[in-house]
Amino acid sequence: MVTTPLLARHAEAFYWMARYMERAENLARILDVTQTFGHDPDGALSWGPLLQINADEARFREHHPEGGAQAIKRFYLIDAGNPTSVLASVMGARENARAVRALISTELWSHISVFYGELAALRSADVAGANLSRVCAMIRSNCQTHVGIAEGTLFRGPGWYVYQIGRYLERADQATRLLDIKYHLLLPSLREVGSQIDVNQWHSLLRTAGAYHAFRRVYPRGMTPADVARFLLFETAFPRAVLPCVQHLERRTDHLSRDFGVPVDPSIRAALERLHDMLDTTIEAVIRAGLHEFLDRLQQEFAALGAALSAAWFHPDAAAAA
Amino acid sequence: MKLQALRGDVPALPAKGLLEGYDSNGFFCELAPWRAEESRELGLILRRLNGVDLKDLRRQARQVDTDLYNLGVTFTVYSDKDAIDRVLPFDVIPRVLLRDEWATVEAGVIQRVAAINHFLWDVYHDQHILNDGVVPRDLVLGNPNYRPEMTGFDVKFGTYAHIAGIDIVRDETGRFLVLEDNARTPSGVSYVVENRRMMLRSFPDWMTDVAVRPVDDYGFRLEQAMLEIAPEGVDAPQVVLLSPGIYNSAYFEHVFLAREMGVPLVEGRDLVVEDDRVFMKTLCGPEPVHAIYRRVDDQFLDPEVFRPDSLLGVPGLMRAWRKGNVAIANAVGTGVADDKAVYAYMPRMIRYYLDEDPILDNVETHICREPEALKYTLDHLGELVVKPVGESGGYGILMGPKASRAERAAFRERLKKRPDNYISQPVVRLSVLPTLTRTGIGPRHVDLRPYAVTGRSTWVLPGGLTRVALPKGSLIVNSSQGGGSKDTWVLA
Repeated sequence: MVTTPLLARHAEAFYWMARYMERAENLARILDVTQTFGHDPDGALSWGPLLQINADEARFREHHPEGGAQAIKRFYLIDAGNPTSVLASVMGARENARAVRALISTELWSHISVFYGELAALRSADVAGANLSRVCAMIRSNCQTHVGIAEGTLFRGPGWYVYQIGRYLERADQATRLLDIKYHLLLPSLREVGSQIDVNQWHSLLRTAGAYHAFRRVYPRGMTPADVARFLLFETAFPRAVLPCVQHLERRTDHLSRDFGVPVDPSIRAALERLHDMLDTTIEAVIRAGLHEFLDRLQQEFAALGAALSAAWFHPDAAAAA
Repeated sequence: MKLQALRGDVPALPAKGLLEGYDSNGFFCELAPWRAEESRELGLILRRLNGVDLKDLRRQARQVDTDLYNLGVTFTVYSDKDAIDRVLPFDVIPRVLLRDEWATVEAGVIQRVAAINHFLWDVYHDQHILNDGVVPRDLVLGNPNYRPEMTGFDVKFGTYAHIAGIDIVRDETGRFLVLEDNARTPSGVSYVVENRRMMLRSFPDWMTDVAVRPVDDYGFRLEQAMLEIAPEGVDAPQVVLLSPGIYNSAYFEHVFLAREMGVPLVEGRDLVVEDDRVFMKTLCGPEPVHAIYRRVDDQFLDPEVFRPDSLLGVPGLMRAWRKGNVAIANAVGTGVADDKAVYAYMPRMIRYYLDEDPILDNVETHICREPEALKYTLDHLGELVVKPVGESGGYGILMGPKASRAERAAFRERLKKRPDNYISQPVVRLSVLPTLTRTGIGPRHVDLRPYAVTGRSTWVLPGGLTRVALPKGSLIVNSSQGGGSKDTWVLA
C-alpha cells in the first residue's frame, strides 16, 4: 500500500488523542462507582483513594482546603485547572485532535468538539447527587462513541496503529492504578478477606473496571481477592485487563514495522519485552512477592515504554541531540 | 439606465411573502424582486425565496450556525486557558450571479492575475515597467514587501501568485469594480466550499431545477497546480501545506485544504533542509518534499534569509527553492503586487503587459504620495475613504462621511505626516443583497472575492466568497468588523 508517510508530530497527536480519551473514560468509571461507595457509613474513605490514584492530594488540599466529596467531584469532573480532571483530559484529546484534523474524519472531530462543549457547560449542580451518575454515564458513552467513530472512520495508515497503541497503553496503566489503589487501601493484608464490607469493595472494584459481569462468567461460584486481581491482570477474554492490552501493544508495533516500514527502536522492543516477561507469571507468584510492588513496577514499565515511543518516534531530533 | 428603468415595471412577485417590502434603497441588488424577469432561474429562485416563512428561516439559520460550529467550520480565538471556536456568521440567503455576469468577472480575474504575474516577473528581472516610468520606481523598490532576494530568480511558468483572491464590488449601476488584489495568502476559500455544502444540506430544495456551478473541486485544482509547478523529473511529487499551526486564526482553512488536497498539513518544525533538499520528519524518518503551498508569510518563511527569530519557518528553504529542488506557492515577494498603492497602477499594467483594455475597472483611486492627489484627498476628506496601504482586515481606515469632525482632524495630521502610506477612494455605493436581520429581511452591503489558481494556466473557482457587512448600513465586510458570508451561486 502506498500512503503518504505520517509526520512524527501527527503520530504523537494520534497517540495522545487516544490516551486522553481513554483516561477520561476510566476516570468517569472510577467516579461513578466511588459515588455508590459514598453511601457507606465509612464514606469519607472512599473519595480519598481518588486523590491518591493520581497523586493529587497535595494539590487538591491547596485549592480546596475545606475538602469534601462534592469538592472532589468538581475537582475531577469540571475543574479545567486540574490537569487530571475529565474536562482537562477531553480538552487534551480535543487539542490533539485539532493537530490531526486533516487526517481524521469530520465526524470524529465534530463529536469530540461537541463532547467537550457539553462538559465545559457543566456546573457544580450538574455533578451533585444523583446527577453525578448520569454525567459519568454521558462521559463513558461519549468516550465509547469516540472509539467507535475512530474504528469506523480512521484511515488504516500508521496513524490508526499509533492511536491504538496510545489507547491500550493508557488502558493498561489505568487498570494497574485502579487495582493498586483499591488493593492497598482496602486490603493491607490479604488475610482480611471475608467481611461484608470487603466483598462490597471488591464488587465495586470490578464494577469500576466494567468487569463485574465478565468476572461472574469466569468465576460463577465465588470470589477471592486473588481471583479479582488475576482477572484484572491476566484475563485475556476481558478487554480492560492488563495482559490483553500489552498483547495489543506488541501486535500494533509489529504491524507498524511490517506493513508501514516504521523502524522500531531497540528501546521500544526492550520495554515491550520487559512487560511481556513480567506478565508471564501467576497471580500466586505476584501476591507472594507483593501485589503493590508488582503494580508499581508495571507502571514504571508503562512509563518507560511511553518515554521510548516519545524519544524514538515522536521526537527523534531531541533524542539525537541529547 | 436600463436596469433602473426596469425597476418597478413588472410586479414579478406576489405582494405577500418573505421579500415583501424589501427595498434595496437605491443600491444595486442582484436579488431585487424586479430582476425576476431577467432570467428564468432568477425568477424561480426569487419566487422560491419569497415563499419561505420568516420563522422557519430563522429556525433553519440557527440550526446552520450550530451545525457549522459542530462541524468545526470555525476560526479559533485563544485565551490563556481555553481555545474558543467561533463561527463566521453565515447568511442563509444566497447570492446569485447570472452566466454573463460571471463570464465578465472570470475573464477580468484571469486578465488581472496575468498582469500581476507579468509585473512580478518584470520587477524581479529587467524592470521594464519601472524604466519606462509607468510605475514609480521607488514605489516598488522602496516597498516593504519588495524582496530583493527574488531578483533574477526564474519561477516556473512565470507564475508567482499561484493563488490569488481579487476583491470585487458592484456600484449602483451594477458595474463590477476591483477594490483590492490579494496575491500573498488570500484566505476564505474554505468558507466558499463549506457554505455550499451547508446550503445543500440545509435547503436541499432551493436548487431544484436551477443549475449552479459546483465549487467542490477547488482542492483538486489546487493540487493539480502544485503538481504542475513541482520540480521536473520527480515521479510522484510530494506536496505539503505549510501552516503556522493551530494558533493561526485560519487554521481551519489549512486543515480543510490539506484534506481536500490529500496532502500532509505540516508546520515549520516538521520540515528540515539538508543538502538544499527539503524533507519532512515522519514516523519512518525524513521523507522528501517537492512542492509547498505555504500559508506562512514571507518574513517568517526562512530564518536564514528573513526574520532570524522566526520559529514558523524552515532554515534553508530559500536555498532549496533557488536550487530548483522544491516549489513554493505563492512565491516570495508577491506582496509588492497587491500593495494598495501599486493597485492604483493595475489598469496601466494590464495595458502595458497585455496590450488589452482592463475588463474590470479599478475604483477611482488617489495615490496620496502624489502631491495633487494628496491635496484632493485633504480637500475632500469628508467624502472619501482613506486607507493605509500596508494594512489588511479593514484596520486603520477612515470612512470620511461617517467620521466625526475630531476623527477627521486627527486623521488629517496622520495623512500629512505619512502621505505615501495612504490612498483614498470615493465611497463606493456597494451593492446589497437581501439578508436575514433581527428585524426581518433587509438589504446589506456585500463584496465578492473570487479565487484564481494558477500553475501552467489560470482557473477561477466559479463564484467565490461573498462577504456581507451585517450591521445596518455598514460598508465594511471584514470578519473582524462584523462581516459574515453568503453562498455564491453562479448559474451554469
